[in-house]
Amino acid sequence: MQKSSRLAIFALIELASNPDRQISTAEIGDKYRVSSHHLAKVMLTLGRAGLVQSIRGVGGGYSFTGNAKRTTLQDVISLFEDTTVTCKLPDPSIATSAEWEMFNISKEINDISVSTHRSITLSTMLKHIERRDQIRARKASEAANA
Amino acid sequence: MVEFAAKTAPELELLIRKVTIDDLDLVNDLDARITGVDKREYWRDMIDRVATRRAGERFFLIAKPCNDTVKCPALGIIIGEIRGWEFGSDPCGWIFAASVDLDYREQGIGEQMFKAICEEFRAVGTETVRTMVRRDDQINMSFFRSEGMSAGPYTQLEINLNER
Ligand SMILES: CC(C)(COP(=O)(O)OP(=O)(O)OC[C@H]1O[C@@H](n2cnc3c(N)ncnc32)[C@H](O)[C@@H]1OP(=O)(O)O)[C@@H](O)C(=O)NCCC(=O)NCCS
Repeated sequence: MQKSSRLAIFALIELASNPDRQISTAEIGDKYRVSSHHLAKVMLTLGRAGLVQSIRGVGGGYSFTGNAKRTTLQDVISLFEDTTVTCKLPDPSIATSAEWEMFNISKEINDISVSTHRSITLSTMLKHIERRDQIRARKASEAANA
Repeated sequence: MVEFAAKTAPELELLIRKVTIDDLDLVNDLDARITGVDKREYWRDMIDRVATRRAGERFFLIAKPCNDTVKCPALGIIIGEIRGWEFGSDPCGWIFAASVDLDYREQGIGEQMFKAICEEFRAVGTETVRTMVRRDDQINMSFFRSEGMSAGPYTQLEINLNER
């Protein structure tokens, strides 16, 4: 997965988990240790796809405008990269058997990757992140009390 | 089994319990509504098999509404069993069917049935639950993902014998 796709997913997670708040690229950038400049480009693409909306001015920032239960990781990734072409098969009419074998292997791996990303919605991500946060908090408090 | 009273949407309180032969019509009607195929004899055999052979390791649960105002008498079914010893696997819980009435989907019924069957698996000492769904079956894939399942250490392989 490319860096822009990962960033876009993190940004959407931040926005969707804080529906009452506008969040700036600087705040998201700080949290995920990335430049606001790179993030701004990512947000532009997400805005065009109708997943986020920007509000200008003091206290402005971005908010999530998509449907978290219906937006899958694959939907987001495909805004930034072409996941259908993982292995370039030169002109099939002249491709060698070795090239066909490699193509099939790459396609097999890619199919698994795409269907995994397609099966995970933002809302599923949010649910699992929340569960992980709870486990981490519990472990931290157990360690503190030990 | 302790009957499992689960709350989903406020108006949709569920009773999830083991299927008996008296539920045959309900199960068959539910399945026929979903698949469009009447498989009464298949379901009779399935209920019979679960109830009479390795009954302690096979679980066929039905979700019914607690409330009379819900007109659908059977909202969903889930079926699983303890499987093991294939290629060195320890026994694990295996879910091989889950269906929710078309009109009652996305209201938490599947999730409550999943939790109920996992409790059954846990009660007989298994720690891992597995299932197999088509990769391109987005609804089932999303459902099991949402319940916390992810790819396990086994991978499914197949061969088309005509291409050999
Ligand atoms: C899979 C199935 C059992 C889910 O039942 P359900 O009661 O609708 O599921 P739930 O409402 O409990 O949903 C639990 C989670 O699954 C996911 N999910 C369920 N339906 C989904 C859908 N259509 N799209 C994306 N995610 C979905 C969601 O993440 C949901 O959690 P959320 O509501 O918090 O976002 C149901 O869709 C079904 O019966 N499908 C057909 C199954 C089948 O093929 N049966 C025949 C052979 S066994």
